[in-house]
Amino acid sequence: MPKIIINNKEVEFEEGMTVLQACELAGAEIPRFCYHERLSIAGNCRMCLVENKKSPKPIASCAEPAVEGMNIKTNTPLVDKARKGVMEFLLANHPLDCPVCDQGGECDLQDQSMFYGFDYSRYSENKRQVKEKYMGPLIKTIMTRCIHCTRCIRFATEVAGIPELGAIGRGEDMEITTYLERAMESEMSANVIDLCPVGALTSKPYAFEARPWDLKKTETIDVMDAVGSNIRVDTYGWEVKRVLPRVNEDINEEWISDKTRYACDGLLKQRLDTPYIRENGRLQKSSWDQALKLLISKLKSFDPNEVAGLVGDLADLEMIYSFKSFFEKCIGSTNLECRQDRIYINPQERMNYIFNSSINGIEDSDFILLVGTNPRLEATILNARIRKAYIKNKLKIYSIGDAGDLTYPYQNIGSNTSIIREIVSGSHEISHKIKKAKKPMIIIGDSALYGKSGKYVFETLKNFLSYNNFIKKDWNALNILTQQASRVGAIDCDVYSINEAENFSFFNKLENDDFKLIYLLGADNINFEKKNKFVVYQGSHGDRGAEIADIILPGAAYTEKNGLFINLEGKLQSAYKASYPPGDAREDWIIFKDLANMMKKPLGYHNVKQLRESINKHIQSKINNGVKKTNEVDFIEENISVKPIDYYYTNSIARSSKVMSECRQISKKFLFTGIEKAS
Amino acid sequence: MKISRIIKTVFMADFVAGLLIAIKTIFKSSKTINYPFEKGKISPRFRGEHALRRYPNGEERCIACKLCEAVCPAQAITIESEIKNDGSRKTTRYDIDMLKCIYCGLCEESCPVDAIVQGPNFEFGTETREELYYNKQKLLENGDKWETVLAENIKADLPFR
Repeated sequence: MPKIIINNKEVEFEEGMTVLQACELAGAEIPRFCYHERLSIAGNCRMCLVENKKSPKPIASCAEPAVEGMNIKTNTPLVDKARKGVMEFLLANHPLDCPVCDQGGECDLQDQSMFYGFDYSRYSENKRQVKEKYMGPLIKTIMTRCIHCTRCIRFATEVAGIPELGAIGRGEDMEITTYLERAMESEMSANVIDLCPVGALTSKPYAFEARPWDLKKTETIDVMDAVGSNIRVDTYGWEVKRVLPRVNEDINEEWISDKTRYACDGLLKQRLDTPYIRENGRLQKSSWDQALKLLISKLKSFDPNEVAGLVGDLADLEMIYSFKSFFEKCIGSTNLECRQDRIYINPQERMNYIFNSSINGIEDSDFILLVGTNPRLEATILNARIRKAYIKNKLKIYSIGDAGDLTYPYQNIGSNTSIIREIVSGSHEISHKIKKAKKPMIIIGDSALYGKSGKYVFETLKNFLSYNNFIKKDWNALNILTQQASRVGAIDCDVYSINEAENFSFFNKLENDDFKLIYLLGADNINFEKKNKFVVYQGSHGDRGAEIADIILPGAAYTEKNGLFINLEGKLQSAYKASYPPGDAREDWIIFKDLANMMKKPLGYHNVKQLRESINKHIQSKINNGVKKTNEVDFIEENISVKPIDYYYTNSIARSSKVMSECRQISKKFLFTGIEKAS
Repeated sequence: MKISRIIKTVFMADFVAGLLIAIKTIFKSSKTINYPFEKGKISPRFRGEHALRRYPNGEERCIACKLCEAVCPAQAITIESEIKNDGSRKTTRYDIDMLKCIYCGLCEESCPVDAIVQGPNFEFGTETREELYYNKQKLLENGDKWETVLAENIKADLPFR
C-alpha cells in the first residue's frame, strides 16, 4: 500500500483515497462543511485546507487525491490562518441568529467557529438577504444561513434520485432552490436536514420544539417498514420530539425515510390510555380489572375453535410470542394469523419469507428482477440502496408489473404471470440473462404474492432459482420484500394458520363466520364484517381496530417498550424504551402474563429475560439451510399489478400523525404508481 | 513595662481617645437607616428578583433560546417553546423556581436579548413555598412593574459590558 506523511507520521492508505481520508487514518481531524462520506466531492467550502510541502498554497484536502510521498501538515500556522480566513468569509454573510436557530447546539458552523472564528466582525456592510424557499411540509428553510456547501443538492441528485434541488446564481447571489417552489418528491427528502451543516434546512414539524441538550436520546429500531432502520429517538419527558437516523452500514447506512422520521407525532395523538368496554353500543371507560374479567368470561363462554387472533404490523417479538403462548396454553386455540394483507407465504423454510440476498448484497448484485413490487414505497431505504448499486455498478433492473417512478431506470417486461412461465421455460430473453448473471436477485413483492396466482409465482420462481443453482449458501437470489415490521418475526413465531392444502384457512373461516371472538393485537389493516362477533382490540392507538372493538386494552407503542424485531432480512434487532406508555397503558406481553395468571394457567415465564430466552430458543430452531423442493404448481394466469400504497397512511401511528396527513395531501398531487398512471 | 505605657495608663489616654471619637461621631449624620421606610442605594448590577422584559411595542423579548435554562447552575429554569403564528420563536412556559435559584446572575448574562433580568427588588418574601414558583405571567408582570428601573440599570451598566 502507498504511504503518505501526515504531521511527520507515516501512514499507509488505500489507492484512490483523498488527502482528507488519509488524514483521518492518521488521526488528524480536518474541519469540513461540504465533504460528506456518502456524497460526491464538491470541494467548495474550502474549510479543509491543509499544507502540502510541495505546493506553494494550501490545498483543499477533500478534493485532492492522496499520492505516494506527499508530505501533509495539518497543524501549522499557515493552515490555521487559512482556515480562519475561510471561516471569516463564511461568517461574513451568515446571520448571527444562533439563539433562534434550531440547529443551535448541533451546528457544524457553530462548533467550528469556536476553533477558527474571530470574536468580532470586520464587516460593516449589510449581510446578504435571501428569500425563503418552499420545500414542502417537512423542511423549513432559512436561506440567509446557507453557506453553499451543496450537500443537499448532491443528496437529492445522487441518493434520493430527484434532481429537483439546485443552485441558481453565482458567488454571493447563489441560492439553493427547488426551482418551482414545490415540495420535494421524495420519501427520504428530510435527510437533507441532517446533512445541512448549518441551520438553513431545519425540520418544520420540530421547529422551535426543543434544544438538543434538553432531549433524552435513545438508540432504537424503526417499525414503519420492514427494513428495520436504526434510529435515535429523542424524547422530552414523555413526548417523542424527533427521530434521527443512526449509522448502520448493513441496513440503512445513515438515511431514514420521511415516514420513519416524522410519524412520531402520531405517538402523541389518538392514544389509548385506559381500558374501554362497549356498553349499549358505546365505548365506556373502564378499569383493567373489569376489562380483563369480562374478557376471560367471554373467552370461557366460546369454544376454543371459535376464538381467533390477529397480529398487527407493529408488534414486537415479545408481544407476538406471548400472544401465541397465551392462545395455546390458556385458550387452546390455534386460529392465529399475522397476514392482514392475505398474501401467500410458504413457512416451511426460513428463506421463503425473508430477503435472503441481504440489503448489503444489493451492491454486489449484477441483475435485479422486481416482481410485483414498488420498493420505493414499500421499503424506501432499500430502494435507495438499489439506486446506489445502479449508480455504482450500472446494474440491470427489470420489473414485472409497472412500479411507477423508482428513481432509477428499469425495464418493465410485462405484467402477467405468463411472463414468469416464459422465464421459467427459457423462452423469454430475461431468462437467459438471469442464468448468465453471477449474482442475480429476484425481489418478490406483496402484489405478486397476493391473489390466486401468489402460490404459482413464488413456488415457480423458487424452483427456477434452485434449479439454476442460485440458492446457495454464499448467494441466495430469492428475496421476499415484506412491508410490515412484525411479519418475519410473526412467521418465525409460527403465528399463521397454514396447512399443506390451504394457505388461507384463517381467512376462509373468517369469511364463513366461524369465529365468535376475534382478538386483534394491534391489527388495524384488515377489513371484515363484524356482524355479531365479539372483538377485542389491544393496541396503542384508537384506529380502525379500536373502532369496532367491544373491549379495548391499551398497549404500548414501539418507543415505549424494550422489544425485539426481526427485519426483512431476518436480522434480529433490539429496540429500546425511550418513553413510557400513557395513562394506564401497559406493555403488551405483561397484559398476556396477567391474563394467564388470572386464568390460573401461567405462561411459564415471569420476566423479560425468561421470555427472551424462550423466544431465542424458538427462533434458533427455525434457522435451517436445506433446500426443500416443492412440487410444480399449476399455472394460473393473472395480472400482476403493483398495488398502490397509501405510503403516508400505512399504520395506525402514521394515520394519527398530523405531519403524515399533510405529506399525504401534497403527495397526492404528484405521486403515481403504475396503476394510477394507466387509468 | 515601658515608661510611656505607664504614663498612658495613669492619664487614661486610650480612654480619652475613644471618648473623643464618640464625641466626634455625635455631630455626624447617622449611618443606619430606618429600613422599611428608608432604603439604601443599590448598584445597577444588583441581582434581585427576576423579571421578563418586553419591547416598547409590548412584544415579549424572550425568544426561547434556552441559554438561561442551559447555563443555570441550580437548574431552576424550565422553558418550553413553540412557533407562533407569525413564525417567531416564543415561549409557552417560562418557570423559575425562586427557591432553587442561587441569584448568580448567569441567566441575565447569557440572555442575548436582555429579556430575563434580575431587578433591584429583593423584598419578595412570601408566606408559602408555592408563591415562589414563578411562572411566565408573574415574570412578565414583574417586568412591566419594574421596566423603568430595569431599562435604566441596563443603560447604566452598558459601558462595562
